[in-house]
Amino acid sequence: MAELIRGTEVVADDWTWVRLPESQEPVRKSAGKVVLFKLTGEKAASDDVISACDIPAGKVLLPLSVWLRRRDELATRADDGEIGVWLDSHEEPAELAESLGGNLNRLPLIGVNFPKFIDGRGYSIAFILRTRFGYRNELRALGDVLRDQMFFFHRCGFDAYLLRADQKAERCIGALKDFTAPYQTSTDGQPPVFRRRAAPGADA
Amino acid sequence: MYRYDEYDHTLVLERVAQYRDQLQRNLAGELSDDEFRPLRLQNGLYIQRHAPMLRVAIPYGMLSSMQLRKLSDIGRRYDRGYGHFSTRQNMQFNWPKLEDTGDILAELATVEMHAIQTSGNCIRNITTDPFAGVAPDEIVDPRPYCEVLRQWSTFHPEFAFLPRKFKIAVSGTLEDRAVTYAHDVGLQLYRDEKGDVLARVIVGGGMGRTPILGSVIHEALPWQHLPTYLDAVLRVYNRYGRRDNAYKARIKILVKAIGAEAFARQVDEEWQLERDGIATVTQAELDRARAAFTDPEAPVLPETDAGFDAKLASDPAFARWVSRCVRGHKRPGYRAVTLSLKPTGIAPGDISCEQMDALADLADRYGFGELRVSHEQNVVLADVALADLYELWLGARAHGLATPNIGLLTDIICCPGGDFCSLANAKSIPIAQAIQEAFENLDYLYDVGDLELNISGCMNSCGHHHVGHIGILGVDKTGSEWYQVSIGGSQGNRTSLGDVIGPSFAAEEVPGVIKKLVETYVEQRTPEERFIDTVRRLGMAPFKASVYGESTKKAEVTHG
Repeated sequence: MAELIRGTEVVADDWTWVRLPESQEPVRKSAGKVVLFKLTGEKAASDDVISACDIPAGKVLLPLSVWLRRRDELATRADDGEIGVWLDSHEEPAELAESLGGNLNRLPLIGVNFPKFIDGRGYSIAFILRTRFGYRNELRALGDVLRDQMFFFHRCGFDAYLLRADQKAERCIGALKDFTAPYQTSTDGQPPVFRRRAAPGADA
Repeated sequence: MYRYDEYDHTLVLERVAQYRDQLQRNLAGELSDDEFRPLRLQNGLYIQRHAPMLRVAIPYGMLSSMQLRKLSDIGRRYDRGYGHFSTRQNMQFNWPKLEDTGDILAELATVEMHAIQTSGNCIRNITTDPFAGVAPDEIVDPRPYCEVLRQWSTFHPEFAFLPRKFKIAVSGTLEDRAVTYAHDVGLQLYRDEKGDVLARVIVGGGMGRTPILGSVIHEALPWQHLPTYLDAVLRVYNRYGRRDNAYKARIKILVKAIGAEAFARQVDEEWQLERDGIATVTQAELDRARAAFTDPEAPVLPETDAGFDAKLASDPAFARWVSRCVRGHKRPGYRAVTLSLKPTGIAPGDISCEQMDALADLADRYGFGELRVSHEQNVVLADVALADLYELWLGARAHGLATPNIGLLTDIICCPGGDFCSLANAKSIPIAQAIQEAFENLDYLYDVGDLELNISGCMNSCGHHHVGHIGILGVDKTGSEWYQVSIGGSQGNRTSLGDVIGPSFAAEEVPGVIKKLVETYVEQRTPEERFIDTVRRLGMAPFKASVYGESTKKAEVTHG
């Protein structure tokens, strides 16, 4: 059973993570994204798959494509704080922001999927969500979420982690502190080490 | 050189603990081999043909005598009494035991060393000119900037899992000695008319399967912005670089696909997010880094030394060594000395533990305890007084470190190849040795003069064969080893990629082919021409004719 860590605590997950079935047919992205498709080789979900997607009651974490295509029918639920959206590693945070009139904070939860842990695109997505788009609510790592990446997840702006089923939560929480004084700044606003060197005692 | 403070120490020790835990989980079966693989790679640990290979980082090639003694100690206790300097200015141990690697890292940490990011799909060890800080043609000492970038890149949380490896080279001289056009990012530091340091940012160069020279995407980036600008470069690459095909995953493929101008625009847009932010480097930090790379407190010396001049006149062997291995220095009375790790019969870059100890002693005695590793796989003592050169030569010669072949054909740059590396298509070290044996006559070698010969055992091009005046590439054809030969490549300001001369050769044919190429040069050259100049002037045709003669067409059919 996959455990959810929020901050540094194991908590019960009150969200349903909705995923689309793997599409078999290669589908080209809309015109503007052809370059992206060519470069990354990612497939987009078809309209049929999106409209057939079952959205259960309660708090749901939806694929970006479902949210974009069906947000009219979801408007009330979104206002009630029942809708979260997750991005796959090739998807564009800007598209999500645009769908929310630029205000990502209308969502209580955004997820970023790591299809494989060696796919590092999600770190940049998290960074962009936290910085360029000023997203402040829960940002959850999904998918291949493993102990040895916890430190990086956290620094790039994730504050919740849906662990892969075989992971031990206690060890993953410990791994958030693998390093005590990293060199660079990140979304946590921690100054880079050279600014801390210049002002000793200023360490958090 | 740079010394760790408490931040650096803590980080490296925490890494040792983290790695030990990962290793222990892998040995206990809790962490699968597949999942351990990227983790151990980011720690420089390959599982190779015979045993694991551990690659130790030598940041921008700088090494203290104390560190070299520790490498020697590790080589004796955990390896088979030797190590290998790579073309990335790192040291590789080819025979450690997997279970020992945690202990080796702990040993390294005691001398401010590590193996962080020496492999894997992350930002690798940054390389630079081995003559940094002493070169007469230096405009900016690149080392403080390299150190700032070392810290920026170490455990960068956003870029630990890139599409592919990412290599950065920095130069600060008129003559580029860091091959900046053949790296994922090349930074050429220079000064504007006010004396402020700027960087020319070159992106998307590389060797490998698709050799490409990089494109300039920023002509004049002020140094303060290096980390934030590189963040932007890496972010665009991390998000849009191909991940579906490892052979098309380097940044060069992305830059080529969308065009350098479009790439530069995307980077610039991305950069605005962080520009002038908290990660902008402060003058105080640059000063701190600079203070680590001051000139040694050495006595001021006259331009000349009578004793040196006398030895030069009386000892032709010494004079020969000086002519190839000693080069100019920015301060009068000093010289930079390259000690060759390319004697005939030894794999290029290999060094025994006895030699490491001897080298450390020589560095202490004549070079202020500092050494540099060059990407040509030799070792440099950067600050040697003229008056000490003769004794240094005697000491180096006693340990096989004074082969007078720097820059000559036998100063071969060579990857470990099929003898060690599991990626290689073909062996490279025996080819290097066969060529060295074919050119043993020193007088002939000197007459041939400057000639860079590079050998890679596969398309990954660790031997940089694309930029060799003569490049040799091992290829696999239906299970047997063949060698493709190219000419016309070069590093430096006129970086160019070599062209393949024709169908490939069997291993035993290679020395003969090289001989024919060299003979053609000797026949055709004008008095002032180096091999590469003749190739540039005459093109491929005469060289090709000398090698293949009339049988060119037939050979193409046979093993084309």
